Amino acid sequence: MLNLLWAVFCIVGIACGILNGRAAELTQAVLDGGKEAVELAFTMAGILAMWSGILKIGERAGLMDALAKKLSPLLHLLFPDIPPSHPARRYIAANFAANFLGLGWAATPAGLNAIQAMQSLNREKDRASNAMCMFLVINMSSLQLITVNIIAYRSQYGSASPAEITALGIAATCVSTLSGILAVKLLERRW
Amino acid sequence: MSYLVFLSDIIIPLTAFSIIVYGVLQGVSVYDAFLEGAKEGLLAVWQILPALIGLLTAVALLRAGGVTEALADLLSPVCQLLHFPSELLPLALVRLVSSSAAIGILTDIFSVFGPDSFLGRCASVMMCSTETVFYTMSVYFLSVGIKNSRHTLLCALCANLCGVAASCWLVAAVFGK
Repeated sequence: MLNLLWAVFCIVGIACGILNGRAAELTQAVLDGGKEAVELAFTMAGILAMWSGILKIGERAGLMDALAKKLSPLLHLLFPDIPPSHPARRYIAANFAANFLGLGWAATPAGLNAIQAMQSLNREKDRASNAMCMFLVINMSSLQLITVNIIAYRSQYGSASPAEITALGIAATCVSTLSGILAVKLLERRW
Repeated sequence: MSYLVFLSDIIIPLTAFSIIVYGVLQGVSVYDAFLEGAKEGLLAVWQILPALIGLLTAVALLRAGGVTEALADLLSPVCQLLHFPSELLPLALVRLVSSSAAIGILTDIFSVFGPDSFLGRCASVMMCSTETVFYTMSVYFLSVGIKNSRHTLLCALCANLCGVAASCWLVAAVFGK
């Protein structure tokens, strides 16, 4: 998918540029693209490393397990088909907790474990169960509360107040997640 | 709505403060943990750097060739109908496919319009509240051999659409256009 997308971007860009008589701009773009990426990576490295360090402290202190425990009433509401003692619950909680904190690399393994555990409860093995649909839609609606990388990009491009969008991001994330949950609940009986 | 801006400013220092205090109380060797996490963070940046170079160059080519303007012109009637800024349309679409390609477009919006412009703020909030749909879905469903995904895609697209709409509305309400 990404291979195709990248090729289309480059080919269409260059072809259009030549047709529009913008060869000089194209040359500049090739020279600047890489430079910009490296400068960006430098700014990001500082902010991301700092934040990953802080989050590691939280992980070591057992913050993720504590969060997972707090989430259990919510999970009961969202996944009524999964029995309370089933391991799927624990994996889902770990996945959500990691997503909240923006630990993408910790969220995916837990998510894969969760969907495997849900598959063991699934009666038709090639058809997604209600719980799976709910779990994936919530994952794809963004759960992250603090998007450090966006703040890093904003600061690299000279924002006067890079973090000013954090609360709006949380509010918009709530809207997208809640509408996703609502859509699943409405459609799961008819599909 | 200025308390939202205040909340945004306080939330990061407060999170860092609480995590460090919690870590100390739990007896974690906090500095060692910090160093280990920071190393992982640096490694993550190092790993995405090649993709960043490739995609930023591709997006720069698209802009230099005049493609983004042409696309925005082409779709501006639809956007006008929905009161959606057409400059953000490429970001909203690419975001569904690839997170790193979306970052390329985001930084492009920042460098053209500035991160503190209406468009820059909208784009930032949009990136916070949406997620790559197609990649996530294929990874998860492929891993357990699900072929019939039922209503998953439709609901995920609906969630993303609502996130995009909410982003623009919230930014307009808090910061003005």
